[in-house]
Amino acid sequence: MRASQLIAPCCDRCTHRPGSPCRDLINCLAQGPICHQDEACAKARRDLLAKVRRGGEGTLIFVGAGTCGRANGSTKVLARIGEFLTQHAIAAQIIEVGCIGYCQRELFVDVQRDGGPRLAYADINPGNIDQLLDEVFGKNNPRNSFLYGRHGDAGPAWADVPEINTTDFFRQQVKVVLRNAGVIDPSSLDAALAVGAFRSAARALCTMTPEEVCNEVLASGLRGRGGAGFPTGQKWNIARQTPRAQKYLICNADEGDPGAFMDRAVLESDPFFVIEGMLIAAYAIGASKGYIYCRAEYPLAIERLTQAIAQCRRVGLLGNNILGSLFSFDIVIKQGAGAFVCGEETAILASIEGGRGMPRSRPPYPAIAGLHGKPTVLNNVETLANIPVIIERGAAYFQSLGLDQAAGTKVFALSGTVRNTGLVEVPVGTKLRTIVEDIGGGALPGHRIKAVQMGGPSGGCVPSAYFDTATDYGTLIQLGAMMGSGGMVVMDERTCMVDVARYFMEFIRNESCGKCTPCREGTTRMLEILTSITERPVGDEDKRLERMRGVLHIEELAATVKEASMCGLGQTAANPVLSTLRYFRSEYEAHVIEKLCPAEQCQGLAVYEVDNATCIGCLICKKSCPSNAIVGERKQAHYIVVDRCTGCGTCVTACPKHSIHRVQEERACV
Amino acid sequence: MSNVDQIIAGSGELCPEHLIPILQEIQAKEGFVSQAAMTKVADAIGIPESRVYGVATFYNQFRFAPQGRHVIEVCRGTACHVKQSLKLAQHLQRKLSLKPSGNSPDNKFTVITVACLGACSIAPVIKLDGEFYGHLDVDKLDRLLDGVAEGVSHAG
Repeated sequence: MRASQLIAPCCDRCTHRPGSPCRDLINCLAQGPICHQDEACAKARRDLLAKVRRGGEGTLIFVGAGTCGRANGSTKVLARIGEFLTQHAIAAQIIEVGCIGYCQRELFVDVQRDGGPRLAYADINPGNIDQLLDEVFGKNNPRNSFLYGRHGDAGPAWADVPEINTTDFFRQQVKVVLRNAGVIDPSSLDAALAVGAFRSAARALCTMTPEEVCNEVLASGLRGRGGAGFPTGQKWNIARQTPRAQKYLICNADEGDPGAFMDRAVLESDPFFVIEGMLIAAYAIGASKGYIYCRAEYPLAIERLTQAIAQCRRVGLLGNNILGSLFSFDIVIKQGAGAFVCGEETAILASIEGGRGMPRSRPPYPAIAGLHGKPTVLNNVETLANIPVIIERGAAYFQSLGLDQAAGTKVFALSGTVRNTGLVEVPVGTKLRTIVEDIGGGALPGHRIKAVQMGGPSGGCVPSAYFDTATDYGTLIQLGAMMGSGGMVVMDERTCMVDVARYFMEFIRNESCGKCTPCREGTTRMLEILTSITERPVGDEDKRLERMRGVLHIEELAATVKEASMCGLGQTAANPVLSTLRYFRSEYEAHVIEKLCPAEQCQGLAVYEVDNATCIGCLICKKSCPSNAIVGERKQAHYIVVDRCTGCGTCVTACPKHSIHRVQEERACV
Repeated sequence: MSNVDQIIAGSGELCPEHLIPILQEIQAKEGFVSQAAMTKVADAIGIPESRVYGVATFYNQFRFAPQGRHVIEVCRGTACHVKQSLKLAQHLQRKLSLKPSGNSPDNKFTVITVACLGACSIAPVIKLDGEFYGHLDVDKLDRLLDGVAEGVSHAG
């Protein structure tokens, strides 16, 4: 583990030691030395801070190495850069950073040479890294075809290279939570301190009372970013006012929503700000122990957090008597074990206590009686990452970030069939169109966006006709969607909305903990209905009737599950069905009545046909068919037995003559 | 001393809060959680075996049979679903003739479908032996598997 250079004493007169911490430690980094006057010490501090802020001395190479960076080959790229530098005897420091958010153009490799700006190169992979290095270092041509932009101001000589935040993808974003993501080294406490980490914590712990901290957060209008949107300051005040000796703070990093990866990116790219947010929150409510409940599916996030916590402990930013404030706090990481329901706050408590992650009924709310019966505040990663900004720049500033009545910014994870995928941080209240069309770049070439799925399995689909809607909590709920944790999956005309509803229902059915009947049975029945709609009722009269009856009842069933379920999972389980029924009823009707899937997605409704004129009787499709539905002899045209066919489409890809086609009219009822 | 005994001995004083971390550690070492291991853990913590079994089977992470040499996790998140990850899963099922346990008959591969790997921007994605592979289709997946079968390092 690297020792902190910044926190090391400047001379013998510095009194800070982890055992007897100095209250001015953090302010001293930028303004110091505070306890004594010495120009030499001050200069040494300034120089060191400038060096750390730059990332180091000499030539620096930054490589985006978050999880998606790794998936795009960052490990190989890093190794290759190392080899190149050794081969050509170039002195340079390689720094792994997190994710800058523009996942579509990953990898990002930044090069900063002495005296020059930090230049970002995009679309790098193990195949073209040599070319980039050769351009930059061999031909000394920094303005090559990979150049994406520069970080920060660099004077007139570089005016022709766009600043990274003025490029199309970033221009309309407002980066608060993601301000350091992909820029600083997430494994280095010094790198975080150099950009102002722990300044807010020092301010809160040393100059504010817990009540003042709670009120500042309340005044900022920050609402929980995990999905429910409960005002954070209010939650804190309840826990603060509950008089118990032991209280807990839990950071909910169990980002189970399929389609959401904001928390992962924040934890991987900037773990220190989350820790700082936790420190402030714990101080505000009086908790001495904190947990980070993180999905086991995020090994890199867990690794970076573990490192960050160890570094904070070592310099006394976690532990006893933090910064001389007499406040003590420490953090333990708990790995989730793969249960979606553990995103629910009472289920997390059960899971941390070592039981099955089943929710319990509320009240009492965890803020009054939570973990081990003690007052416990649960906040989402993104919520906590906002806290330092509120304390540093004030509630009014945070309030002003949002549009209209909303406060602050929200990070969305944009994915699906859209040109630019990645993380997008925009003011709360930004129109969906801005996010999807301007930042996301709109539909893929030749396609048309149909809807955006928001809020994962608890949310709903917003059709493109409503893209001028503002993304704030209230408006989205009116539309039948919800802000949720921020997953935003774009769907085009190739996506079948009934299939999407079925997909989410299958997910929820699998993840329902089974404690309460409406959710356990209701989701199973809804899935049965949706499955029957997306399959052909082959040969069975009852089945045909069942499909019709199911559709008649699904809305009532959905309403019952919504009303009668105990926790958020069940209460929102029907949302994907209700919202698709509301906006895409015609697709349901096509499935039920005409037995066809307009998007040609539902395998169960597919009917294939062999073109007799072009089939050469090669037997390839017959051999490839997993359900033995193809009949035919060598050199004679084959045909497909519809009753046996499951619609998997294997034969279509297998046929060398492209003779097998999907039939797009009703002829299934044989 | 077996791995399980070592893990239990190394965990210090045990209370029910340690149950999940211990099971996770056992799985990390052994690849799965055996019945014998669950019995030992129950004794060590002082809780009924039924409770250990109940907790272990509640969470998707735990497996109760040995895994194949290579583990493939197919992401079935929303973004991956929209980008045809079902086809990848079905292809693996057929190509490797997977048994209900998710293992191939020669125990070379184990295929697990997971809710979301959190790498939605490069959907559809799979994780093979801990490494992520994104923007996949059936052909790329085939090449990846062939690479593994031949024992060469995975294609980038």
